[in-house]
Amino acid sequence: MKDILSELENRRNAARLGGGQKRIDAQHGRGKLTARERVELLLDEGSFEEFDMFVSHRCTDFGMEKQKPAGDGVVVGWGTINGRQVYVFSQDFTVLGGSVSATHAMKICKIMDMAVANGAPVIGINDSGGARIQEGVDSLAGYGEVFQRNIEASGVVPQISVIMGPCAGGAVYSPAMTDFIFMVKDSSYMFVTGPDVVKTVTNEVVSAEELGGASTHTKKSSVADAAFENDVEALAEVRRLVDFLPLNNREKPPVRPFFDEPGRIETSLDTLVPENPNTPYDMKELITKVADEGDFYELQEDFAKNIIIGFIRLEGQTVGVVANQPMVLAGCLDIDSSRKAARFVRFCDCFEIPILTFVDVPGFLPGTTQEYGGVIKHGAKLLFAYGEATVPKVTVITRKAYGGAYVVMSSKHLRGDFNYAWPSSEVAVMGAKGATEIIHRADLNDPEKIAQHAADYEDRFANPFVAAERGFIDEVIMPQSTRKRVARAFASLRGKKSRTHWKKHDNIPL
Amino acid sequence: MFNKILIANRGEIACRVIKTARKMGIATVAIYSDADKQALHVKMADEAVHIGPPPANQSYIVIDKVMEAIRATGAQAVHPGYGFLSENAKFAEALEAEGVAFVGPPVGAIESMGDKITSKKIAQEANVSTVPGYMGLIENAEEAVKISNEVGYPVMIKASAGGGGKGMRIAWNDDEAREGFQSSKNEAASSFGDDRIFIEKFVTQPRHIEIQVLCDTHGNGIYLGERECSIQRRNQKVVEEAPSPFLDEATRKAMGEQAVALAQAVGYASAGTVEFIVDGDKNFYFLEMNTRLQVEHPVTELITGVDLVEQMIRVANGEALSITQDDVTLTGWAIENRLYAEDPYRGFLPSIGRLSRYRPPQEVASGPLLVNDKWQGEAPEGEAAVRNDTGVYEGGEISMYYDPMIAKLCTWAPTREAAIEAMRVALDSFEVEGIGHNLPFLSAVMDHPKFVSGDMTTAFIAEEYPEGFEGVTLPEGDLRRIAASCAAMHRVAEIRRTRVSGRMDNHERKIGTDWAVSLQGQRYDVVIAADRDGSTVTFSDGGQYRVASDWTPGDQLAVLDVDGEPLVLKVGKVSGGFRIRNRGADMKVHVRTPRQAELAQLMPEKLPPDTSKMLLCPMPGLIVKVDVELGQEVQEGQALCTVEAMKMENTLRAEKKGVVAKINAGAGDSLAVDDVIIEFE
Repeated sequence: MKDILSELENRRNAARLGGGQKRIDAQHGRGKLTARERVELLLDEGSFEEFDMFVSHRCTDFGMEKQKPAGDGVVVGWGTINGRQVYVFSQDFTVLGGSVSATHAMKICKIMDMAVANGAPVIGINDSGGARIQEGVDSLAGYGEVFQRNIEASGVVPQISVIMGPCAGGAVYSPAMTDFIFMVKDSSYMFVTGPDVVKTVTNEVVSAEELGGASTHTKKSSVADAAFENDVEALAEVRRLVDFLPLNNREKPPVRPFFDEPGRIETSLDTLVPENPNTPYDMKELITKVADEGDFYELQEDFAKNIIIGFIRLEGQTVGVVANQPMVLAGCLDIDSSRKAARFVRFCDCFEIPILTFVDVPGFLPGTTQEYGGVIKHGAKLLFAYGEATVPKVTVITRKAYGGAYVVMSSKHLRGDFNYAWPSSEVAVMGAKGATEIIHRADLNDPEKIAQHAADYEDRFANPFVAAERGFIDEVIMPQSTRKRVARAFASLRGKKSRTHWKKHDNIPL
Repeated sequence: MFNKILIANRGEIACRVIKTARKMGIATVAIYSDADKQALHVKMADEAVHIGPPPANQSYIVIDKVMEAIRATGAQAVHPGYGFLSENAKFAEALEAEGVAFVGPPVGAIESMGDKITSKKIAQEANVSTVPGYMGLIENAEEAVKISNEVGYPVMIKASAGGGGKGMRIAWNDDEAREGFQSSKNEAASSFGDDRIFIEKFVTQPRHIEIQVLCDTHGNGIYLGERECSIQRRNQKVVEEAPSPFLDEATRKAMGEQAVALAQAVGYASAGTVEFIVDGDKNFYFLEMNTRLQVEHPVTELITGVDLVEQMIRVANGEALSITQDDVTLTGWAIENRLYAEDPYRGFLPSIGRLSRYRPPQEVASGPLLVNDKWQGEAPEGEAAVRNDTGVYEGGEISMYYDPMIAKLCTWAPTREAAIEAMRVALDSFEVEGIGHNLPFLSAVMDHPKFVSGDMTTAFIAEEYPEGFEGVTLPEGDLRRIAASCAAMHRVAEIRRTRVSGRMDNHERKIGTDWAVSLQGQRYDVVIAADRDGSTVTFSDGGQYRVASDWTPGDQLAVLDVDGEPLVLKVGKVSGGFRIRNRGADMKVHVRTPRQAELAQLMPEKLPPDTSKMLLCPMPGLIVKVDVELGQEVQEGQALCTVEAMKMENTLRAEKKGVVAKINAGAGDSLAVDDVIIEFE
């Protein structure tokens, strides 16, 4: 009996060693942790329960039958993050380069199925050379199975991808369909075709880092939601994100004890909006001053900076924030910012996370680049996303809310639940100058008259009261009491139920 | 007494005067420019009058506009504060003509003390000790050499109309005297349109010590001790204290009596300051007289209990001084630190913008002292007092138009040592965000051995920080106290995280007792034993600290008690840890479990990018144009690009020769601080 018991331990030890000490050292040498070390950091200490430790591949071609490492290049199982259940898979680069075989994929599928059945998030740690070429189409079939599960799990449980090494070719499409992608600076990259193929096909010379490194995907492509300095930091931040997320689509967002007075008054917000309507200010100050404990988990910080998205808590409960950023492009909407915010709004709606919107938007960015790029359909994504969202929606207009962009930004007309405006708001079709030049075209040659018309227009429309008279603004509030008003609004909406028509699914302009 | 007084100034000094006026039951009128519509002094005053656009030469120093404001409001007296019109004889004359009282000295005193040569002559006649030198005008370089030899090297060659270090040269021999004369003369001509030059002895180991005098219109004059103002940066005072750690009673008395004699020689009637330069042997020489309230007057108020503003107003009202020289006693020690909106890490570049956070330490009155308008006995006798004179508030704007000083933080205590310690804690507690400021630098000075010993000269900053300020590395003991505190705070934050909803029942996360704290390149392994009242933190290599605090996650200021000693930390968030600021140090602190720490050690250390070959954006702003092209060779000083910030166009120039390798931004891009604009080969 004793031998049998020690046999288990021997086998476990062999499996835990993955590709062997030499490869582990090499992995460390590259500044990367091993698959198991990553799982350890991601989960609560001692909470990991592993599945399929002894699974090995079944390939007999190209001499593969001679190397059948236990686990087959991926560590899977479940554990807890601050006591809440999550499922995890972590590819092991030390075992056959973390390449995906049929069995490797099967292991991932197993925990994804369990995650959906039990209603807990899936966190995938990617560090893989790609398909296991020796297995041919079996490997591709494996990817396909994972993709299909990503799709089915989408909107049911949160899915998070952490790219901690290579992720190339078809492999990128699994993370691409998850809710969040995080990368590690200097040690991870993602691309559909690598630098060699790029050079052969297009004669472009580009490094892996430039083609698909963390900087590229956080700043240019928006594929990644954030990038971190190293594995340790990245995993700590994933834990922080999970603290914000519900476990599945039938649970309310998590609540935790908070140390911040919900009625906190911030008098400094009364001077946040500068006197000159063309002077920018930092919308992030408003977000952090409204949030519990000033804690804001920003996503896609370096992409389409004219809009800000991320999570805060109010009275301990998660709230998604979307805000125009007047510091960048005057906070206007364009293709990138619409796409960025639309996907975030839909994530929040999937998972019953209330949405807080701060509006200072002068309109859509004009120009051929935008029109040729299809700003009509991209802008419509955000409009659509807000309009279909049935979660509690609270909106605060701080300054400009002009034209179509006003309607898009979670307006009353898109079933906003609470639509507040600061006294500095201007809810109008456009700014005074533009409007005057259209309405009083006849007086265009008379600057004096035009100035008078502009002043009249400003008196009449450059305020929140015209909209408030019509009930499009529920209440004009003092900036200093924004936290209090918004927190109370969400508190009153905790029981919100809303019905939509039966449909298979909608047809958002993708 | 006057019914209404107008304060012809802005910022902290306007607020300071309003406080005393209010205490005396006098209504106050503020004046303000476009840039100051929302300023604190406007909010504090009973009435406010708009006087024009932001630049001071179109508003605060336009005599006609101020006179109009006086007429419009019916103010009976004007307090000019410091700077602006405070030493402008024409303004005093205009007031006199209108029958409005000037809260300051008579016109004649302003005029005679306003010119360096005249004032020195008057001082000599009044038997005030002056720096040996030649007062007459010097015609040519040869004459300058002759006079320099008579005075004895080293000598200082100075422009008569000079100030701010302009037109000033030091010569140690004949050649330098010849050369210095010519360059001073040229500089004086171009800077002041007045090329009169004089020569005087250059004082070695100089200290700047000044005497506060107070005179009335009835011939009474007293002095209220001295202020030591040797800690200066480019003639801008940074730290002042009273009394001076250097003077003895006899010197103090001699200086005080000479100062009063000088004041009376010019018929002075108000508060004034006689500045002396004092050498290593306690020889003192008259420098100049400031015929106004000084910026640093609070330290005198704190050790004498005399409200100088009140005295000035009473004198202006024709009252005789109610205090005699014998009534003046100097009690305890007061220190002032000037908080400037200047970034010490960027060569003290002025920083403007929104004060997103501004939380000064709590003011405390104590002893026989004056803390703003609070008198006496708010804290137990003998305990430290804190006073903060300020003109800004959280959410306010620091504009580019005026002086970058945003507050004067003062502490008082029975001893110098205790006053310095109180200042250290007060600086630690002072929260300022949104702009660059010199708080870390002030903390560093308060801990500097030379300052602590009181052994400083006016060259202190130039000598001790020749390369500028590069932050502070804390000593081991401080690091351990901070490490223990952070471990305790981290534990609290982690416990809260385990209380999130949606946990698996019976499988909660347990928080351990062993932690590894890393900061400033050090790692400390600690064990925490927490109880109801605090945490006992034991270091694996020996040593134990008891940490108690009511800090909760999100608090940006942690007020802790570590082994009975106060420790105040500014707590910020950085990815995976705390940003801690204390005693001028700014550091990342990571608290990890032993296993986390073990794995963190495997992480490569990433050096910050070498920015010496980059042009970084110095302020948030908009690129107006880029003047160079890829591959272009640029010379030192060549314009590289223009950044617009706060409606001002700033031209960024090459610091050295180089070739443009990469241009990361173009016209119309808006950039944040430290964004890379251009990279060089």
